[in-house]
Amino acid sequence: MSELREQAAQRFAQLGWPTPELEEWKFTNVAPITRVNWRADGQARVDDLGASMRASALAELVFVNGHLRDAGGRAAGVEVLPLSKAGSHPAIANHYARYADYQRHPFTALNTANAQDGALIVVADGRAVEGFIHLLFIGHGDGIWSHPRNLIVVGRAAQVAIVETYIGTGNYFTNAVTEIVASESAIVDHYRIEREAVDAFHVGTVQIHQERSSHVTSRHVALGGGLVRNEVNVALAGEGANLTLDGLFVLADSQHIDNHTVIDHVKPHCDSLELYKGILDGKSRGIFDGLIIVRPDAQKTNSRQVNRNLLLSESAIIDSKPTLEIQNDDVKCSHGSTIGQLDEEAMFYLRARGISEAEARRLLIYAFASEIVDRMKIEPVKEQIRSAMARFRP
Amino acid sequence: MLDITNLHAGIDGKEILHGVDLHIGTGEVHAIMGPNGSGKSTLANVLAGRPRYEVTEGQVLYEGKDLLTMLPEDRAREGVFLAMQYPVEIPGVNNIYFLKAALNAIRKHHGEEELDAMEFLQLAREKMKLVDLDESFMNRGVNEGFSGGEKKRNEIFQMAVLDPKLAILDETDSGLDIDALQVVARGVNTLRSEKHSVLVITHYQRLLKYLVPDFVHVLADGRIVKSGGKGLAEELEQKGYEWIEQEVAAAR
Repeated sequence: MSELREQAAQRFAQLGWPTPELEEWKFTNVAPITRVNWRADGQARVDDLGASMRASALAELVFVNGHLRDAGGRAAGVEVLPLSKAGSHPAIANHYARYADYQRHPFTALNTANAQDGALIVVADGRAVEGFIHLLFIGHGDGIWSHPRNLIVVGRAAQVAIVETYIGTGNYFTNAVTEIVASESAIVDHYRIEREAVDAFHVGTVQIHQERSSHVTSRHVALGGGLVRNEVNVALAGEGANLTLDGLFVLADSQHIDNHTVIDHVKPHCDSLELYKGILDGKSRGIFDGLIIVRPDAQKTNSRQVNRNLLLSESAIIDSKPTLEIQNDDVKCSHGSTIGQLDEEAMFYLRARGISEAEARRLLIYAFASEIVDRMKIEPVKEQIRSAMARFRP
Repeated sequence: MLDITNLHAGIDGKEILHGVDLHIGTGEVHAIMGPNGSGKSTLANVLAGRPRYEVTEGQVLYEGKDLLTMLPEDRAREGVFLAMQYPVEIPGVNNIYFLKAALNAIRKHHGEEELDAMEFLQLAREKMKLVDLDESFMNRGVNEGFSGGEKKRNEIFQMAVLDPKLAILDETDSGLDIDALQVVARGVNTLRSEKHSVLVITHYQRLLKYLVPDFVHVLADGRIVKSGGKGLAEELEQKGYEWIEQEVAAAR
């Protein structure tokens, strides 16, 4: 492990902070992050800001500034451990840092070099876990950075639901990496709820590796943070794997949220369905930069990528860049993107029945988000998102 | 109930209504008929307060109050209901939630207690039977995936729940088969009373067989050119709109 850290640190020194000259970073300038002399903090004690799901989760790990603060609950057939106490676990040797590529991605290198702690979740073969596991990451204080690192390994024909929540107070920087391995025929329902403080920086990387006939649903909700970059990279590395990738980003004021997704169809007969929806208000800027790669061997690929955006103010900006890169001709792929305002006809219809203009606006904004929220399966997660979107709540 | 005087109105800078006068008394059912492009829908939309429609002259008094300066939601709360010609689909807004919010906004406006979920559901079920709408429609998005006929029945269902004083039906009959037509007529006839007024806007006479008006008006080129009793509708059906247009031209 220490050797890996050393290599990653060296690699970060070579790569340096990404600049907008790089195609992958052209919409986001991380200079404000690079200017701070960040330090780690293992002492802070804060409450959970109401984000704990202890009452409903099977197990919950709580980290403050990247360090374990609290652990509770248990579930049969699944190991939920802090990485700091899991060094000898075989899953570490077999999977840790195998998928999130620190050679190529500077923030992954930075995380790999500096990770303080995080969760190791291992679901035994054939085990269907009823309920969900919650990982809560709280950032706290000014000038503090943390590098949460998670590894989730779901065994053959096993099933699990996992929720990551990021929240905090202050002018901190969270740089998280989560690797998910879905073994053959595994079913994974993954949620990532980013509700960082308005002055915080957040870079999140989720790296998903799917084997044969695995089903993964990964849902990414971005509501908070001043400057946010969310990367999701998925490799459909076994035949017949199935991915649903959902995104919802809701921005106001001068928030900047950059969603960068790559779905790599490596093997044949895989399906991927991606839907990202953005709601932008104030002077915010949102980005959807989604790439779907279909490799030469990935025949019979079925892939659909959609980005829909709702602009609530004239000063908000959205950059939408759905991209297909198809390297064989036996595929069914589509992609599209829309940018629009609230539907005038719908507004009038609601008002003509007695509903006020403000209420009609909220109803329609919430309706736009509900396509993503309603298909979530974990009620406390829906409730968290609804309360975080309270200003739009009818 | 409703007094329209010398109403001039249009859209995108183009005047469509060139001076409409109409008086609707409490408890009366009026029909406005007219060829395409005569301004029927413009009149309906102006009365409901649809954005982008501009009134350039004239006035509309509703129960003695200036209707045209009221917001669309205030018109609805005061008892004006427009059954739309093209009801919009609103995915993600639950039909029953929407209608409950609407009814409670109206009740609150009148200082009445809001209905709770159970009370509302009871009311909604009763009214749904009236228009032959299946309960499964209630938990879908507003008009989402509804057929043309289902959308129109949903309009009448909403009307029945909201119980307006003045209901305006904008070509609710267009595109409906005879069964659906009868359902619509039944819904309106149920509403019919000494306290409720109805304005039916239609191109065809066939709805008026089931929904017999007290007065019929013919709108042509943005003006009401002829008014009469229910017999006028039958006359129009036999002779066509050309007859009116010729008569109007001859009178000039």
